[in-house]
Amino acid sequence: MKLIINGEEQQIEAGTLAALLAALDYEGDWLATAVNGDLVPRAERAQTALNDGDRIEILAPKQGG
Amino acid sequence: MLTLYGTELSSRLLLGTARYPSPAIMEAAIRASGTGIVTVSLRRETAGGGRGGQFFETIRALGVHVLPNTAGCHTAKEAVLTARMARDLFATDWVKLEVIGHHDTLQPDVFALVEAARELCADGFKVFPYTTADLVVAEKLLEAGCGVLMPWASPIGSARGLVDPASLISMRAHFPDVPLIVDAGLGRPSHAAQAMELGYDAVLLNTAVAGAADPIAMARAFAAAIDAGHEGCRAGLLEPRDMAVPSTPVIGKAVFA
Repeated sequence: MKLIINGEEQQIEAGTLAALLAALDYEGDWLATAVNGDLVPRAERAQTALNDGDRIEILAPKQGG
Repeated sequence: MLTLYGTELSSRLLLGTARYPSPAIMEAAIRASGTGIVTVSLRRETAGGGRGGQFFETIRALGVHVLPNTAGCHTAKEAVLTARMARDLFATDWVKLEVIGHHDTLQPDVFALVEAARELCADGFKVFPYTTADLVVAEKLLEAGCGVLMPWASPIGSARGLVDPASLISMRAHFPDVPLIVDAGLGRPSHAAQAMELGYDAVLLNTAVAGAADPIAMARAFAAAIDAGHEGCRAGLLEPRDMAVPSTPVIGKAVFA
């Protein structure tokens, strides 16, 4: 299916957000996720089903002022 | 002792983590500054990257409080979502709320700022709003539930210092019991000392330290200036006078002519 991940369109099969993170080799505890403009808390990624055309943001801690 | 949202802090400096020459220099500068609060951001992570995790492990090891920002957000909606993602990631309800209104000056969009502050305060966040020295906006932010206000000194990264001290003096006078932090635009330790002499509770800065030739020494210099300004304010500053007032007593002066 088509997903827009951090602004880039990709063809990838993933049933849930947790499965997508694993398929794309996102590692570690320090990630924050949103689907279609809504936060998906860490604890809910495994239950969050993805649909064709979903917009997914995967963020991490970075330097800031 | 500075108290922000019930947290006591021995340092009156809040320090950013961006633009240092290297992670090691950032870490050493944070230690040298004595700060108890550092600001961080959230940005897109590349697949299989993990660099954000490495950065954050360094910060965690320092044992300081983390204040996530919403830098770069231009709408209330973006800022609210970023704050919620930050709370999930960093496990803190603190957020430095920035909603940028102008590309050149990075001036806050105070209308969207108040809107976002209302939503986040109602959702349990402890909001540190990056704002202007406008008193009406300040009132609205306090009504929204903010327990701290952070007016700018001058545009972010400009190093121009306090371009409108009269407005900052007015803000201090109007809100004697609200923790006020000067955020943005400071370039020199003397700027920080000036803000503290005006009675501000703390300063937040980043580029002035990170962009110095020696960030570690500059972190120490700002810490010293902040302490000096704070002590000076508490000690009671003399008002300027138009004419000279001799400091040495005139009585008892010898007459030689």
